Amino acid sequence: MAESVSTETAEAPFITTRWTGAVEAIRSRAYWLTIFFLSLLVVAGTAAGVHAKLIGSLEAYGATREIPWGILISTYVFFVVTSTGLCLVSSIGHVFGVKDFMPIAKRSVFLAVATIVAGFYVIFFEIENPFRMAIYNVISPNLTSNIWWMGTLYGAYMVFMAVEFFLLVKGNYRLATIIGFIGVVSGVAAHSNLGAVFGMLDGREFWYGPFMPIYFITSAMMSGAGAIMLFTWLAYKINGEQMEPETKRALEVTTKVGILLISVILFFTAWKFIIGFAGGEAKIMALEALLTGPYAFNFWVLEIGVGMVIPLVLYIQSKGKNLSLMALASAMMIFGIFFMRYDLVIVGQVVPLQYELDVNEYQGLLSYTPSWHEIAVVLGGIALVGLVFMLGEKAFGGHRHEAHEGGEH
Amino acid sequence: MNTSSRIPDQPEPDKNGVIPEMERRQFLKLGLAITGIFAGGTLLSAASVVDKVFASRQEFADQYPYKPHYSMVIRQDNCIDCERCIEACRATNHVPEYGYRTRILEQVHPESAGRRIEFIPVLCNQCNNPACVRACPTKATYKNQQNGIVMVDKEKCIGCKTCMSACPNNGRYYNEETKSVDKCNFCFDTRLSKGETLTACAEACPAKVRIFGDLSDPQSEVYQRVHNIEKAVWVQRPETGVKPNIFYTKG
Repeated sequence: MAESVSTETAEAPFITTRWTGAVEAIRSRAYWLTIFFLSLLVVAGTAAGVHAKLIGSLEAYGATREIPWGILISTYVFFVVTSTGLCLVSSIGHVFGVKDFMPIAKRSVFLAVATIVAGFYVIFFEIENPFRMAIYNVISPNLTSNIWWMGTLYGAYMVFMAVEFFLLVKGNYRLATIIGFIGVVSGVAAHSNLGAVFGMLDGREFWYGPFMPIYFITSAMMSGAGAIMLFTWLAYKINGEQMEPETKRALEVTTKVGILLISVILFFTAWKFIIGFAGGEAKIMALEALLTGPYAFNFWVLEIGVGMVIPLVLYIQSKGKNLSLMALASAMMIFGIFFMRYDLVIVGQVVPLQYELDVNEYQGLLSYTPSWHEIAVVLGGIALVGLVFMLGEKAFGGHRHEAHEGGEH
Repeated sequence: MNTSSRIPDQPEPDKNGVIPEMERRQFLKLGLAITGIFAGGTLLSAASVVDKVFASRQEFADQYPYKPHYSMVIRQDNCIDCERCIEACRATNHVPEYGYRTRILEQVHPESAGRRIEFIPVLCNQCNNPACVRACPTKATYKNQQNGIVMVDKEKCIGCKTCMSACPNNGRYYNEETKSVDKCNFCFDTRLSKGETLTACAEACPAKVRIFGDLSDPQSEVYQRVHNIEKAVWVQRPETGVKPNIFYTKG
């Protein structure tokens, strides 16, 4: 174990010497400028969130009685989906022993922790009384509540992933595999419960049904594949290193995972619509809001185009070898997925609950616009992931993969 | 005559010209279902209230053994939208301006031969199978086991708003003052627990729209009205399976 740590530190100067001092200086300046900029965003987001808590969500946030869940919930979903995905895709290697995936394990686990922390950061400002949550989740649990399970399991998941990362850094791979497995199980359980938070609300036709937990897990893997590729590519840019063949190979197989899962999600999406149109009036209204209504741009351009079809084409074109193309595809996909989550959460609420009563008060779609407070918190959360990622790259020496990782010892 | 070609739901007289009992019932049910739908949107026909909710009084009482079992029957066509119920509710329960526990919706029927407008008072349905109670992570919202009222323990509410999303009837809002989700509790803390027999809204209504009472008491007006198959009785959004205790009727 001590050996592996010393190898890491010994390698670092060797690689950096390949760069001239000037390039390194620019890189370093850009690095610290980015850190500074991201820190500012985190501070601004936190200030906005704290201010919102002081003046009350009624004034600070765009969410309403009719649309109680706004962009903070969808961003929370976005982060935890990404986290679960990072955990799942990377576990193929370091938990289930597929060697090709091993070089991406450490970074993925680290990012899984970073994204879940960002998720909790955003939800902290969404939940009205987070301190009561800490008390009553423990002393007054409701075991029929998906929110309870989701929160509790994600709390456990965060701890397991953090411990797993610590063990990977320490080189204790055998125990890391066990903790990693428990992490995967709690992540899947937590994430499917998050799907069920929506799927079990039978007053909301757009969400109701067994589709949501299944969709959430699958789209988590899609997000995870994209996040691994983007962040691995970025990491090598930040560290100014040449990518090792094993890491390239890992990204090549991750591209295949990406291609497969985008296809699956496109398939799911198509059937969600086809089946939905055989449903009730309220559900059809929600679907039409996406297809031709106020969310059509989000849906066609951001979700389908930027989030899935273009990345799919680019991944296929890249053949898993053109790293810049893969990184571009992944960045687009993650950007698109952000809006996918937004649409999922918001469109589930835009049809008034009492729509079918045909009353004057609830004739058309309801609308929701994120407030500046909400947007600031969202940007703060995104910046937090960026910040933790960048600091992590420096602190953990590029999350270097050890050849003997996977642990016979 | 080819018997296989007849419409299955249409009652057919037997050879004595008498419609068999089962088929008569089927036909009656169909008729009431249609009445229910005509009365305005997603409604439950009187037949299915009797069949599904109150098939057997004993069975129902065993499953929902609240005593008293507080309930409200709303005589929809009597409402004149004077909003005294809303005002009384605000004053009694300190409901802030931005929220409401009860409200009156307006339904317009341009093709109607008679009245073209109808007012529909709405409030928390105090469901027997409340979606909000299942969804709440901390049991802050719960069904009172004595009287069936869905209540909120303000201290336990974390403000995740899942109950607001879960409620199929938009019965809840977040109260900034109490730092908790707020909803109708049949004035339990403000009136019923102090010996009053009516909710503030029921008492304030000049048109006797809101009949409040004990559904477990066969002598009560709510019981009599809900169990009267001569009048259509319906509930809001029956398809969600929450089994409301707010019933609607006319006349």
